Amino acid sequence: MDHTDDKYYVPHGSHWPIVGSVAMFAMLGGLASYLNGGEFGGMMSLLGLAILITMMAGWFGNVIAESMAGYYNPQVDKSFRMGMMWFIFSEVMFFAAFFGALFYARQLAIPWLGGEGTKFMTNLTLWPGFEAMWPSNGPAHAGGEYESMAAAGLPAINTAILLTSSVTITIAHHALKDGNRLLLNLGVLLTVILGFTFISLQAAEYMHAYSELNLKLSTGIYGSTFFVLTGFHGMHVTVGAIFLTVIWFRVLSGHFTPQNHFAFEAASWYWHFVDVVWLCLYFFVYWL
Amino acid sequence: MGSEYEATADQHHADDHGHNGAPSGIKRWLFSTNHKDIGTMYLVFSLLMFFIGGMMIMIVRAELFQPGLQFVDPAFFNQMTTMHALVMVFGAVMPAFVGLANWMIPLMVGAPDMALPRMNNWSFWLLPVGFSFLLGTLFMPGGAPAAGWTMYPPLVMQTGDAFPYMVFAVHILGASSIMGAINIIVTIMNMRAPQMTLLKMPLFVWTWFITAFLLLAAMPVFAGAVTMLLFDQFFGAHFFNAAGGGDPVMFQHIFWFFGHPEVYIMILPAFGIVSEIIPTFARKPLFGYNSMVFATASIAFLSFIVWAHHMFTVGMPLAGELFFMFSTMLIAVPTGIKVCNWIATMWRGSMTFETPMLFSLAFVFLFTIGGFSGLMLAITPVDFQYHDTYFVVAHFHYVLVPGSVFAIMAAVYYWLPKWTGHMVDEKLGKIHFWLSAIFVNITFFPQHFLGLAGMPRRIPDYSTQFADFNMMSSIGAFGFGLSQLLFVYIVYQAVKGGEKADRQVWDNPIGLEWTVPSPAPHHTFETAPEVR
Amino acid sequence: MTGSSGFRLVGKITTLLTLMIIAPTAFADMVFNLRRGITDTSQAVYELHMLILWVCVVIAIFVFGTMIVSIILHRRSRGAEPASFSHSPKAELIWTIIPVIILVWMAIPAAKTLVVMEDFRDSEMTIKITGYQWKWHYAYLGTEVDFFSTLARSSNIARQVNSGIDPFSVENYLLEVDNPLVVPVDTKIRLLVTANDVIHSWWVPSFAIKKDAVPGFINEMWFKANETGTYRGQCAELCGRGHGFMPIVVDVMSKDDYTAWIDARTAGQNVAMVESTSDAGPEILAAAEELSGEELYNISCSACHQANGQGLPPTFPSLVDSALVNGPVAKHIDVVVNGRPGTAMIGFSSLLSDAELAAILSYERNAWGLNSGDTVQPSDIAAAR
Ligand code: HEA
Ligand code: HEA
Ligand code: HEC
Ligand code: CUA
Ligand SMILES: [Cu+2]
Repeated sequence: MDHTDDKYYVPHGSHWPIVGSVAMFAMLGGLASYLNGGEFGGMMSLLGLAILITMMAGWFGNVIAESMAGYYNPQVDKSFRMGMMWFIFSEVMFFAAFFGALFYARQLAIPWLGGEGTKFMTNLTLWPGFEAMWPSNGPAHAGGEYESMAAAGLPAINTAILLTSSVTITIAHHALKDGNRLLLNLGVLLTVILGFTFISLQAAEYMHAYSELNLKLSTGIYGSTFFVLTGFHGMHVTVGAIFLTVIWFRVLSGHFTPQNHFAFEAASWYWHFVDVVWLCLYFFVYWL
Repeated sequence: MGSEYEATADQHHADDHGHNGAPSGIKRWLFSTNHKDIGTMYLVFSLLMFFIGGMMIMIVRAELFQPGLQFVDPAFFNQMTTMHALVMVFGAVMPAFVGLANWMIPLMVGAPDMALPRMNNWSFWLLPVGFSFLLGTLFMPGGAPAAGWTMYPPLVMQTGDAFPYMVFAVHILGASSIMGAINIIVTIMNMRAPQMTLLKMPLFVWTWFITAFLLLAAMPVFAGAVTMLLFDQFFGAHFFNAAGGGDPVMFQHIFWFFGHPEVYIMILPAFGIVSEIIPTFARKPLFGYNSMVFATASIAFLSFIVWAHHMFTVGMPLAGELFFMFSTMLIAVPTGIKVCNWIATMWRGSMTFETPMLFSLAFVFLFTIGGFSGLMLAITPVDFQYHDTYFVVAHFHYVLVPGSVFAIMAAVYYWLPKWTGHMVDEKLGKIHFWLSAIFVNITFFPQHFLGLAGMPRRIPDYSTQFADFNMMSSIGAFGFGLSQLLFVYIVYQAVKGGEKADRQVWDNPIGLEWTVPSPAPHHTFETAPEVR
Repeated sequence: MTGSSGFRLVGKITTLLTLMIIAPTAFADMVFNLRRGITDTSQAVYELHMLILWVCVVIAIFVFGTMIVSIILHRRSRGAEPASFSHSPKAELIWTIIPVIILVWMAIPAAKTLVVMEDFRDSEMTIKITGYQWKWHYAYLGTEVDFFSTLARSSNIARQVNSGIDPFSVENYLLEVDNPLVVPVDTKIRLLVTANDVIHSWWVPSFAIKKDAVPGFINEMWFKANETGTYRGQCAELCGRGHGFMPIVVDVMSKDDYTAWIDARTAGQNVAMVESTSDAGPEILAAAEELSGEELYNISCSACHQANGQGLPPTFPSLVDSALVNGPVAKHIDVVVNGRPGTAMIGFSSLLSDAELAAILSYERNAWGLNSGDTVQPSDIAAAR
């Protein structure tokens, strides 16, 4: 195989990207139509999602096959690593937008509505009696009376779970590098289990919020930031956990070698990223 | 499982050899993993969008030709303005630069292709999806988005059925840009020929490298902003509603945190192009290479801390206004370094004035004029007078049309022989240049006066005192638009045939792209070239 | 388009083209520059503007001058041999330092002016301005005077698509309102701006003040007019379909006139303020008299509810499908006359006369296939006021 070292592997045409585009068209077009009250939007959106999943399976399948066939030289491997790294960076910036909204609301919007700084008249003429504090659902008490989410309890447990999972994935990584199959296997499995536990607890927390605390997405700016931040984080945990599940199966099939295991590392970076986001969340959303 | 994979892999392996030319048929384009083909698709797409966005604004200019409403309803007028900007920014200028990057970066750094070829294909093929959403909104109940390309709430909440399509179009186009940016970063970091050290990279590569980071940091924030709009609209969130403790102005902060870097995304690659072309035709090395790189990086950094200069009138605290005024003014320094370096490159050179050089020279002149008006806008107390008037419109069209668009045209004229193997018709090229350069000024220069005299932007009808300059501007716009038909003809002609170009094309240009034959073969640099 | 205005158009284009080519300076009646304005602030802003402008012009002369010299002298066709230098730390330092110095030198007066503009202390009276789609509401705090200010009828009729009225025949086309804001001269007036629906922006160039009217927040600005007179501006933030049609007019009066005005206004506050069309030319007056319910609807209501009555749901409800429009007349009248507080649907009692409202309502109830057969009388409206 002349691909291995001297030559950078450039794949020939692939139909997966265009399938991906069709999937995006159906999925988001359908969702938009659904949001507008269209009749078939929901169906179309699900169909798109199905195509998207097929596309990912097919595309990654290709990549895995090529990797197993030894087409990738270290330079290709490096491209993948860098690609993943910068992708995660873009994800960080996505979360930054929502954290930005949280900080802005807490540090500026709410105090202004409460008449601080130069916005004395805002409070006096438009929202008399509103006092700035956090959490807040705004001067109109959007969403009605509510209780905020405590930092102790479920969220604290979830923090512990995610932190532990970060440890287990790291153990697995070391095991992989040392060629310790059993530990690798166990480490990944544990991480996956912890990940799904986290998601279930998060779901329980949401249920608690909706049914007992009257804390909803529509509970003013507090509810909005709370659910959007934790919700997007939860979605990322789900994706990460599925990613790790796939990795676990690949571990079982013996895909990774101590030298060559980019996909494993990508998954673990992703997991660490999700973990760090959670720490920020825990600190800024629940605690402070 | 393993054996299955091997089977498919073997197929791949099998057809991995045996062709040096391009695959044929529609699959060549749909399934392409070739940076040149993908680059071509980007460029063709961009040209198409330039025409669509241009046609939209022709409707606007026709309505503004004289006072009174003659042709369109004000609501439709606003849709045209909004769509014009979205199409031009996300459909014409950005894809054109990505197309140029695709074509040229692997050639310039001596790489066999982009680092992630399949993803490259997807980056492109997401664009048609995004734009089918965006252009499709024109036919929906309530019409296309009409709240300006800045999509400020609460106004944008009055969008009809187009609303979710607009949001998802932004998501898709954002995903496309992010993937494109990742590809470019990885290609530059990982695929350079061994002796191509960072400080030997051509400036076009450098400016794109930095631009890619801007994209990576800015696009996700935009996606976040429109996601919040979506949540406010459909799921009862209160991000931008004061009654619920939010703030409409918060959207503006998030938007412009993206939006300002975005405008530099549209100019940095242009700086790179001009920095390639001027040395070639001045027959003299680029002056101050290191300071050019450094200035680009400073501009990129500063672009993240100046965003609120678009929001001087929203009622920010004094300290904020002062900070954003000072930081914005600072950008004039690195930009000035670049302008001076270009001129120093020309100084005591041996200049000739082929079409790419003419466009580059016009770029330096007219971009600088746009930069000056930008600096005027940065002065907060005076911006109170300029803000949301045609003075702003004049400013940003000077940096975008004779800025970005001229640079793209210069690049096309410069590299077209390399792409097609045919020289461009110089005479027609020069005619195209002069028509464009004259009409662009007739279009946009009077807009400065309109703004100063007090004409707000985004209005379909105006007071009679503004009539003369508007008529002038419209005449210029029609002239400029029609001149672009010539451009299409010239490109078509060069694709079809014409005088054969040699490897070098121009008189001793610098760079690896000139070491491969013209037209550049389908695959180049499968083994890394030597770099001097 | 009438024949004569077509002629004028052709003539205009020809003159313009000729002028553009031969003598750009010949546009005697055109405004090229920012106005000085009539407040201390606006003068300061004007000075700043001229300062930066000249700085830019001077730099441009240097930069472009060098470039042009180079283009002329250092061309191959003149036999220029290329030099080979590619950097010069000294030169690069020069064009880094000089701009920095210039910028600092410009930043200082700019910052000073800004600080003054943001100083709201010692104001003598306060007016609260609220932006609506698409009108302004002014409330003189501490008095009982408050009113809406909308585009003057003359302009409003002429600006309809293909109205057939030549804008040049309308005085202050699009820059005239029914009820101008009235203020005293030589008085520091604080303005509190906010909005009811979407963001607007209150701008009067002669005062050099512009602030966004953000729903849910109050922004402040101030001015002190040094001269009496009438000053015009426009909404400066895209606010939807009628953004181009919400002008601002401020009458600066002597202090005595102002006092007289505010007293009269306080006394007559409850009198309906039906706009006068006296400022319009005869052409428009005639047109206004003949307006049918449909035309009035198109002028006043179609901005939101659309000409076909379908509205733009969810923001602007359809009238065709409205239970209200299809139901008893009294409730329908009430909504239109008194509005729905807290929504974009404001009461039209102060904006339209009884006869006009009656015509509109009659039209609504019988248009778009509704055919209720109802006819609303002006007296019904008067009763509902
Ligand atoms: C390619 C795009 C591009 C570029 C490069 C720029 C460049 C600059 N822009 Fe512009 N801008 C836009 C695109 C761009 N802009 C757009 C699209 C909008 C409007 C968006 C909307 O509202 O829809 C806008 C609006 C805009 C505003 C908001 C105006 C308003 O709405 O009120 C401001 C205010 O500060 C501003 C400032 C600047 C400055 C200071 C620069 C500087 O980078 C310019 C620096 C360059 C020079 C100064 C010239 C060269 C320098 C020298 C020769 C050295 C010596 C010079 C001096 C010391 C003076 N821009
Ligand atoms: C890269 C970006 C870009 C580009 C290239 C352009 C190109 C042009 N722009 Fe655009 N413009 C924006 C970005 C851009 N603009 C933005 C961001 C806004 C702000 C929007 C907002 O307020 O939200 C704006 C707004 C804007 C306005 C203000 C509208 C308003 O406030 O209501 C105007 C008015 O004159 C204008 C004019 C033009 C013209 C005449 C061109 C010309 O250069 C276009 C020339 C091209 C063609 C004409 C197409 C090709 C030719 C043909 C198809 C042949 C047929 C031609 C004829 C029949 C004449 N633009
Ligand atoms: C600035 C936008 C705007 C304008 C102009 C406007 N309306 Fe409305 N109108 C609204 C909105 C918004 C509502 C919905 C109010 C609510 O939520 O209850 C409404 C509601 C109504 C309703 C009640 C519909 C129902 O089913 O509840 C009637 C009737 C109506 N408008 C008539 C008119 C008439 C007649 C005019 C012109 C004289 C007019 N409107 C002008 C915005 C407008
Ligand atoms: Cu109100 Cu624009
Ligand atoms: Cu900016």
